[in-house]
Amino acid sequence: MTPMFSHIPADQRPTLEIFVDGQSVQARRGDTVAAALLASGLDVRRDSAVSGVPRLPYCMMGVCFECLVTINGVGNRQGCLIPVEPGMQVEIQRGKRELGK
Amino acid sequence: MSVLHSDSYDLVVVGAGPAGIAAAAAAAAAGASTLLLDENAGPGGQVWRGLTTTPLTNREMLGKDYWDGEAELGKLRASGAEVIHRATVWSIDPSLQVGVSHGGSSRIVQARKIVVATGAMERPFPIPGWTLPGVMTAGAAQTMLKSSGLVPSEPTVIAGQGPLFWLLAGQILRMGGRIDVMLDTTPKGQLAAALPKAFGFLTTPYFRKGLKMLAEVRSKVRIVKHVTRIEAHGEGQLDRVTWETAGGKRGEMASRLLLLHQGVVPNVNLAMSVGAAHDWDKQQLCWRPRLDEDGQSTVPGLYIAGDGAGIGGVGVALARGRVAAHAALTAMGRKAPASGLSAARAELAKANRGREFLDLLYKPAEQFRIPEGDTIVCRCEEVRARDILSAVEIGASGPNQLKAYLRTGMGPCQGRLCGLTVTELMAKARGTTPEQIGYYRLRAPVKPLMLSELADLPQEPAAVKAVVR
Ligand code: FES
Repeated sequence: MTPMFSHIPADQRPTLEIFVDGQSVQARRGDTVAAALLASGLDVRRDSAVSGVPRLPYCMMGVCFECLVTINGVGNRQGCLIPVEPGMQVEIQRGKRELGK
Repeated sequence: MSVLHSDSYDLVVVGAGPAGIAAAAAAAAAGASTLLLDENAGPGGQVWRGLTTTPLTNREMLGKDYWDGEAELGKLRASGAEVIHRATVWSIDPSLQVGVSHGGSSRIVQARKIVVATGAMERPFPIPGWTLPGVMTAGAAQTMLKSSGLVPSEPTVIAGQGPLFWLLAGQILRMGGRIDVMLDTTPKGQLAAALPKAFGFLTTPYFRKGLKMLAEVRSKVRIVKHVTRIEAHGEGQLDRVTWETAGGKRGEMASRLLLLHQGVVPNVNLAMSVGAAHDWDKQQLCWRPRLDEDGQSTVPGLYIAGDGAGIGGVGVALARGRVAAHAALTAMGRKAPASGLSAARAELAKANRGREFLDLLYKPAEQFRIPEGDTIVCRCEEVRARDILSAVEIGASGPNQLKAYLRTGMGPCQGRLCGLTVTELMAKARGTTPEQIGYYRLRAPVKPLMLSELADLPQEPAAVKAVVR
């Protein structure tokens, strides 16, 4: 899927590798997890906790919690506040609310 | 949380946007031990987001107003204030103890004075379909642009009103991004209503810059004026936006991205959770903390600065930050430079010019604030306008009762994105005012916290003895 956003050519930051549901993604250093996911071209919609409908980040500034993802095994992290790090394992939250993560 | 140098400070500042940076720099430069805590990866808040890391190093792109942040940041760095990023403040109590977590562990820090500078958030924009993937706030797009150099590249609609609506469009276009149509929701006749207050605005630098920006955007993008209805459509993803204008014209556009914006409102969660009184601001249509002239709230020692104290923009935020810091220093009996407080107050008076005009011009229309029917109000718990109206009919009298009926405001965002809508919707349904209806009662932790972070709090021997047998 073509992503809704593209990097401007002037963006020359170095890339780093993260994994999204096990798939390798080249992110740019300094991007938040949510921005890297939106730029990846993968289907990164999570399922809503109540009815399981697809959602994507809405505010990108820590307010709406639509960007919740599992990062390195810890669930419900705000992807828009956390910068990518090399080797990071990101999982899209599918299914209704997952307890215990 | 070994990053903290101490467990008590003269001043703790929450939020490293313009107000927080100015407050912390002023206090630390005057010799107060100062801790600045911020949730983001770097300083700048929203206006100066990505200031130290943005890939848009060509200065033309973000313009002088953005790069002005560097001078303020320089003062902060020189001041000796302790600055911690990716720190989440999840509680403040009336004795000015601050609960903060960072890197998976938590601490309680004692402050003598606190400046809350948690800024603004975008006003909820509850239209049919606004939870579809592909519908985002204009602020979200601006964040992506500033911190990641990402611009819309697929068919895009921007809808709403206000200074940021035009500013964002200008920035996206200048960087080669794509905008197919702009839906201007400013109600008909509002410019005429605002004009009597225009004098103050004409004397600000924003006036000329604003005109230039408007002309630039208008020459490049199709603009539909006086839009009165907007709907987002799609199956599991946005594929089409439809609209209607005051003149009864309908339109539609196939699109992947819809960016919404109808102004910003104070982000009040933290200040309210401490117990600071807030009043309904009839002009800005939002809650606003009750403050004295130096920004002290009804909780002694707790100051609020920046857009969290009422929307004013970056100049007002800087001034309010300095006023609060100097007032706090004076109240602590520190020998602050005598001129500090009066200079900061004068700066604030000047920065406030022109605001009334913008508030009147960009007052959002009722149908975009108070939704109907199937439109979702609470995104987290997926509660619709008609559910709330039914709950009101069977007796829900305010937002706190409504929680028991429908769980509104009890999801992860803790009411941030539905609170204003719920208050206004209930006020309208019950034929009363937002003051009468009130707001959610907020309690710590104001941000979700892992149990392991709480468990990690250093324990007093007495506390351990009380529960371990
Ligand atoms: S996208 Fe809204 S909190 Fe992250």
